[in-house]
Amino acid sequence: MATVEPHEVRPSRRAEAGLLVLALALGIGAYASVGLSMLGELPTNFYVYSAGLVALAVVGHVVLRLKAPYADPVILPVTIALNGIGLGMINRIDIGGKLVGSDKDLASKQLMWTALGVIAACVVVWLLKDHRTLRKYSYTAMIVGLVLVVLPLLPVIGRNINGARIWVNIAGMSLQPAEFAKIAFAIFFAGYLVTNRDTLALAGPKVLGLQLPRLRDLGPLVIVWAASLAVLIFERDLGTSLLFFGLFVAMLYIATERFSWVAIGLSMFAVGAVVAASAFPHVQARVDVWLHPLDPEIYGRDPGGSGQLVGGMFGLANGGLTGTGWGEGYPRLVPYSFSDFIYTSLGEELGLTGLLAILVMYLVLVERGLRTAIGVRDGFGKLLAGGLAFVMAWQLFVVIGGITRIIPLTGLTMPFVAQGGSSLLANWLVVGLLLRISDNARRPSSLPVRGQVAPSRASERPDTGPQPVVVQAGAQGAADLADGRSAVGQREPAAHGAFPDDQPTQVVRTALPEVGGGPDTGATEIIEDTEWKTP
Amino acid sequence: MTELTFTLLRLGYLVLLWVFVFAAIGVLRRDLYGTKITARKGKGREDAHRTAPTAGRGAAASVPSAPTPAAPASPAPTGPTRLVVTAGPLRGTTVPLSASSILLGRAPSCTLVLDDDYSSSRHARIFPQGGTWYVEDLGSTNGTYINEQRITGIQPLAPGVSVRVGQSIVELQR
Repeated sequence: MATVEPHEVRPSRRAEAGLLVLALALGIGAYASVGLSMLGELPTNFYVYSAGLVALAVVGHVVLRLKAPYADPVILPVTIALNGIGLGMINRIDIGGKLVGSDKDLASKQLMWTALGVIAACVVVWLLKDHRTLRKYSYTAMIVGLVLVVLPLLPVIGRNINGARIWVNIAGMSLQPAEFAKIAFAIFFAGYLVTNRDTLALAGPKVLGLQLPRLRDLGPLVIVWAASLAVLIFERDLGTSLLFFGLFVAMLYIATERFSWVAIGLSMFAVGAVVAASAFPHVQARVDVWLHPLDPEIYGRDPGGSGQLVGGMFGLANGGLTGTGWGEGYPRLVPYSFSDFIYTSLGEELGLTGLLAILVMYLVLVERGLRTAIGVRDGFGKLLAGGLAFVMAWQLFVVIGGITRIIPLTGLTMPFVAQGGSSLLANWLVVGLLLRISDNARRPSSLPVRGQVAPSRASERPDTGPQPVVVQAGAQGAADLADGRSAVGQREPAAHGAFPDDQPTQVVRTALPEVGGGPDTGATEIIEDTEWKTP
Repeated sequence: MTELTFTLLRLGYLVLLWVFVFAAIGVLRRDLYGTKITARKGKGREDAHRTAPTAGRGAAASVPSAPTPAAPASPAPTGPTRLVVTAGPLRGTTVPLSASSILLGRAPSCTLVLDDDYSSSRHARIFPQGGTWYVEDLGSTNGTYINEQRITGIQPLAPGVSVRVGQSIVELQR
């Protein structure tokens, strides 16, 4: 025997404040330790820097208190902590460079981008009242995503840096538009799939026990997929194409619950990988480096040698279990130790213990994203939150898998930690979206919950006998499928009895309450039912 | 600064990292929201044995994903106070009754989410009107049965009468 009891959701802003204090201690502590160990004193701009970090955290916290009081309490502190640790490491590499005569100042730039990122996330939370607004811009997002992906190929603004043409130069700032394209694509997939998932999942031939989708339902998806992939081959950016591909497969799987998508995706990917490895010499070089990094001829090869990868491995080995301590290791021996290889820099100075803590932070962040996807009650929000959380996890896997030789190395950056303005800004935007969706997911709903008839009205109500609930099978394609799974809500308030808990994916317009009947909130026009589970 | 200070600083930072991680997980643990299932022993076993003689698994309960109405306020003072699952995978689960209707089915948005291949997404609903409880089949594939009779439309439901939905049997209890 068990009883089912409700549990009240608390806003938990106080818990967030507590966690923020710890997160700031991590960021500021890293900065102070670096100064103490490398210069023997606190860095000159220590107080300015600390005040900046604190101010950013406070701004984020206050905006959440004002505009999204029910937002998840863990997302912001974890992000701030990761960002602070990354800033500490970038600063440490800056100082190391200055000691040998380099004058790179990446840390202050990174702090500026952090500030921009926090502000961007706050703007998202502040201006976006309801994430379902974004659904209106699904196809706009598709076009924006495609444009962003093509942008680096354009002659004037495109820049070719280190063999990959993934940069644009606007007003002196270098940006990687692909980082923003991933958000645009996530919005497009969520908007497209929430309308079409039933036809994608259910209408089509069955081959070898796998339910295959119909070709015409795939149209827009294949166009986006092919376009992004083709362009990325021309831009020679393996990591980003892998990122988009993973986002594709994952969101299709979330939307349709069909394993066939994963099977199709993996087989398409296998074909693509074999073709790419045999056709493109730079991909072939990556595979060699991945499989035989310690071979002398591959280690010493000039373009595409394994020196960076091996250096990173030596760094991790030097760190051992507890690390050398901030500022005591030699992370600068590895090229791009502040961006692509910041993972090994952190591994050297914080050791396995520190690395695992950082990985658990990411795990918590991704978990909160997926939990938000489960908690939110409209299909668009579920897909968007699930897709954004997945893309973060996937990006992390591609980066760390590449560095630790699980998969071939590709040029992606660790979210929030690695140096790079576009990546930082884009990932803060993702955090802003997740915070907004989680606020909607956790906020007590004003819609009647689960067939609830407002208690005050139930007694007043004229006893006209039970009224049948109107349930209609979905109009397109799914009508003949069992028991009307894509039921469409009618205007009658009685229809609320059937599926009141499902929030429509579009903003609900609340009409005046009708006299003598229906739930308290009056007649809400449900534009589209968003039942989540497909059979 | 001495070597010892540096070692302490280094280890202290690692400790701080993990303190943060555990604090975050602690907040999550406190913050897990949704319905809470409280297992009650003793009386519950008797009920289960009385109504479902076949020995089965214990009170395996799957949690509906959104909160249920809090106060169990029955429409009539002498009416039933709870809905009990007496057979099926969710045997032993009770749902307190309130003035709202209860939706049974596989959809996560149902009040009682049945993990049962023989039930439909929105299988049936049980709702009060004018002091009486009614059961209504919502166009399910396999039907809703009272005493082995497939019901059509809306039927009044007295306490103690078993309603079969897929593989599950539910009944109202006082």
